[in-house]
Amino acid sequence: MRVKPKKARIEKHHIEDFIGRTYMSFCVALLIVIIVSMVYFVASKGISTFISGDVTVSDFLFGTKWSPDGDTPSFGAFPFIAGSFLVTLLAALIASPLSLCAALFMTEIVPGWGKKLLQPVIELLSGIPSVVYGFIGLSVIVPFLRNTLPGQGIGVAAGALVLSVMILPTITSVAADALASLPQNLKESSFALGATRWQTISRVIIPTTFPAIMTGIVLGMARAFGEALAVQMVIGNAPFIPRSLFESASTLTSVITLGMGNTTMGSAHNNALWSMALVLMLMTFVFVFLVRLLERRNKI
Amino acid sequence: MKPRTVDKIATSLIVFFALFIVAILVGLLGYILFRGLSHVSWDFLTSAPQKIRAGGGVGPQLFNSIFLLVLTLIITVPLGLGAGIFMAEYARPGKLTGFIRLIVEVLSSFPSIVVGLFGLLLIVNYFNLGFSLISGALALTVFNLPLMVRITEQAFRSVPNQQKEAGFALGLSKWKIVTSVLLPVALPTIITGTILSAGRVFGEAAALMFTAGMSSPRLDFTNWNPLSPSSPLNPFRPAETLAVHIWKINSEGLAPDAAQIAAGASAVLVLTVLIFNLAARYFGRLIYRKLTASKSMD
Repeated sequence: MRVKPKKARIEKHHIEDFIGRTYMSFCVALLIVIIVSMVYFVASKGISTFISGDVTVSDFLFGTKWSPDGDTPSFGAFPFIAGSFLVTLLAALIASPLSLCAALFMTEIVPGWGKKLLQPVIELLSGIPSVVYGFIGLSVIVPFLRNTLPGQGIGVAAGALVLSVMILPTITSVAADALASLPQNLKESSFALGATRWQTISRVIIPTTFPAIMTGIVLGMARAFGEALAVQMVIGNAPFIPRSLFESASTLTSVITLGMGNTTMGSAHNNALWSMALVLMLMTFVFVFLVRLLERRNKI
Repeated sequence: MKPRTVDKIATSLIVFFALFIVAILVGLLGYILFRGLSHVSWDFLTSAPQKIRAGGGVGPQLFNSIFLLVLTLIITVPLGLGAGIFMAEYARPGKLTGFIRLIVEVLSSFPSIVVGLFGLLLIVNYFNLGFSLISGALALTVFNLPLMVRITEQAFRSVPNQQKEAGFALGLSKWKIVTSVLLPVALPTIITGTILSAGRVFGEAAALMFTAGMSSPRLDFTNWNPLSPSSPLNPFRPAETLAVHIWKINSEGLAPDAAQIAAGASAVLVLTVLIFNLAARYFGRLIYRKLTASKSMD
């Protein structure tokens, strides 16, 4: 009796494998297409401000006068760039120590119920949508600041406070992961030398995990820098460099949010907004680069 | 000061700040729910918003949010699965894999407003889809896809290697192992992650302002023809979502009870995200038990 060749079965496997591979390659190729087209489209729109010759790069980046509708329109975006950096740095300054305390609480002080208590808190905080943070900022933080401190309540301080709560979960979870993955014997040898818990934390644990904690802070700052709506709602949106923390200011994102719908595509004003989007995108690259740099240091 | 005293002070400070964060969350949730829920009623959830008069609801917005979420997941889940499986099982360490990893990282850290602007330029204007649900869903795809890839990759990586080796020992093809051995084991993690990412998509607003639009046409909920402009199922109509609505009434709301509507809508939004969170845990456990015949997760 002739044995049937097994060819058919092998072919079925091959076809299956082939289809699977093709499909996966398509998915991966799509990711590449998305990022390439994103960079291309935003960049080509963003540099049209400078190509058309009305505004030079240095005028845009360092000019302090923003009057797109004036008789001689000027597009100095420095107040917004400064505003973005200011709220981002302030938010990181407020959130980092708090996050570090939360992470230490979860991993070093009461690892058992501390984690059970804080883990869901962190998850819920990161799940609250940004418009809700903006709404709470508008209805709680702004009136509070208005009643207790000089100024209108809206402004840089309100923006930084709202952002700091938003980036708390990011920094906390990265820091807690880093602290939890620290080799146990480092701590034990420190305790064996007679060090107190705080001495161990401040001289051994934090220095060892410093790059990882910084990674968390940079990730948090990246989120704060790109956050649009929550900041827009509480910062006041005045096109000036703020002279105090309780004055209105603008960020790149808030100006884009407000301006994009009210300008016509292709006008100089609209193009300037795209240039700001380009700045935002370039800053994202900087943040990703920083994170990678820190992660490399963390491995050694 | 004695080291012991310093230690005590530092410890109490850390405990204080950690509990302070818990207090922030309790305060936030308490405020949102306490202020908002008194305004939430069946009528509020189903009726259309009023422009100038008081008493409007968020019915169409709520429906739009859910519909948009479904559309987004229909697009992103298969794509994210494909790319994630590739990254976990097929990609060999090298330049290309490193590059794809970088892409996923960059995509997931792009500010959502930049994603929205990209959608405005390419999807709304260039592909001429206009302000529509489908534009919004495509923009959210850009936003959600890197998340899905990460979730899938992590889920597949956490499957014990023996499972794969057993499959190879049986002479199965690699694709067969991926789909019938690894996928079922990875599925609970993937589903949990997907529902959690759905929570993020549900609350997303900045990327949608410029793609799904900031208005909602009059919807006729008895019209189920997906091509009619007033049908809620028409994917080519503009659709304001709940999150965008909250932003809009806070910045330019004219209704006299705008603050209450914002509070009510925020409560609905937060509650929905909370439900997503709980559902993610529940389904993860349930499916894990069904598929693996074991009693508990981890």
